[in-house]
Amino acid sequence: MTEALTHTDFKSDIKPVWCPGCGDFGVVNALTKALAKMELRPENVAVVSGIGCSSRIPAYTSCYGFHGVHGRALAAGTGLKIARPDLTVIVTGGDGDGYSIGGNHFLHACRRNVDMTYIVMDNRVYGMTKGQPSPTTEPDWDSKLSPDGTGLREFHPMVIALSSGANFIARAFTGDPNGLADVIVQAVRHPGFSFVEVLSPCVTFRPEQRDWKKIVKPDAIKPTSDIARAARRMLRDTGFDLGVLYAGNRKPYAPRGERANRDASVLEARFTL
Amino acid sequence: MKRKLPRTVQEFMAYAWAMEVEAAERYAELADQMNTHHNREVSELFAKLARIEGKHRDQIMAQMGWTRAPDTSSFRWETPEGPETTDYSELHYLMQPYHALKLAEHNERRAAEFFERFAAANLPADVRAAAAEMAEDEREHVRLIEDWLARYPEPEAGWDEDPDPPAVAD
Repeated sequence: MTEALTHTDFKSDIKPVWCPGCGDFGVVNALTKALAKMELRPENVAVVSGIGCSSRIPAYTSCYGFHGVHGRALAAGTGLKIARPDLTVIVTGGDGDGYSIGGNHFLHACRRNVDMTYIVMDNRVYGMTKGQPSPTTEPDWDSKLSPDGTGLREFHPMVIALSSGANFIARAFTGDPNGLADVIVQAVRHPGFSFVEVLSPCVTFRPEQRDWKKIVKPDAIKPTSDIARAARRMLRDTGFDLGVLYAGNRKPYAPRGERANRDASVLEARFTL
Repeated sequence: MKRKLPRTVQEFMAYAWAMEVEAAERYAELADQMNTHHNREVSELFAKLARIEGKHRDQIMAQMGWTRAPDTSSFRWETPEGPETTDYSELHYLMQPYHALKLAEHNERRAAEFFERFAAANLPADVRAAAAEMAEDEREHVRLIEDWLARYPEPEAGWDEDPDPPAVAD
């Protein structure tokens, strides 16, 4: 019998270089706890990311990892899951990587509904590049790089995910790593594309986000499989309401019969002149 | 923890053990964070706190005669994390030993209150007695940290101002 692993078995020996106080520490904590709870093995899990502070996560786990191209984590994750459906694929990244550079991939990953989990660490700022406003930054956030704010309406990831076809949608807070671990477990176990929006403070460029722990509303959202009900719930969303919004029943994407598990040499033959 | 109150000393001590495990792991993580950011003094202090909490964890194992970790999978804290666990967001790369010890003092106070609630709850007498003993231990830790803190005056305002702030960590 294989001995059960603990969350520390899912951590690598590489120490995170994030700023002390960063919310992303709580995500590593929660992710590794979730993987241990599901009794997975590191060799059966792939953590895929794009670019940005939060996209360093694959290096901090002992799972297979792919630190990819900016905004293209979902494309890489989709390809991996289709090629290796036996793997548990977890795609990670930040709000800039996922909603701006990778915004189009986000829409189509929701639409395709491949069985994988996307965890976005949303701090409403580009942290790695010194604090530019991101798609989720408030329009009136005044900073040296955006005097008087951008004046632009925020991107609403959960609404976009719902309208684009994601099969599981939740929002969690990194200040509650144990609660976040439970949400990740639900997300991974739910068939299809699962999207977890994680409020993850950037204490360096958005020090006011240290107060998020006083603002978030745990269990404010109740899960439903009724898409209309979930959409109505979003109309009164404060941005700090936590919980599972939607757990749908859409069948996950899978390659059709003869196209599945095709050997690379067969494909190659089709392109031979 | 919520959902289930301990009905036996074994269950209660499993709660106490879980609290010490989480606290020790977090202090060790915080020591690594400070070390990465070249704040050696605070890193060493957090590492020392991790060793102390680890000793408490091992003492519980020895006291209970456990040879393997108790099953705490069904436990849930009332708060997001255990009462002795430092919130990640409380850290700053320029923090000084004073700040680290204030966090530790806060944690020990919360731990004492946590056990005091069990000691006053409607629980079997032996569980309440064990809780009262643990609460007294935690109050003793508060006193020790207060003594430790006396060696470090409160830093002046502006301690967190960096004339050459790091924008990127690497």
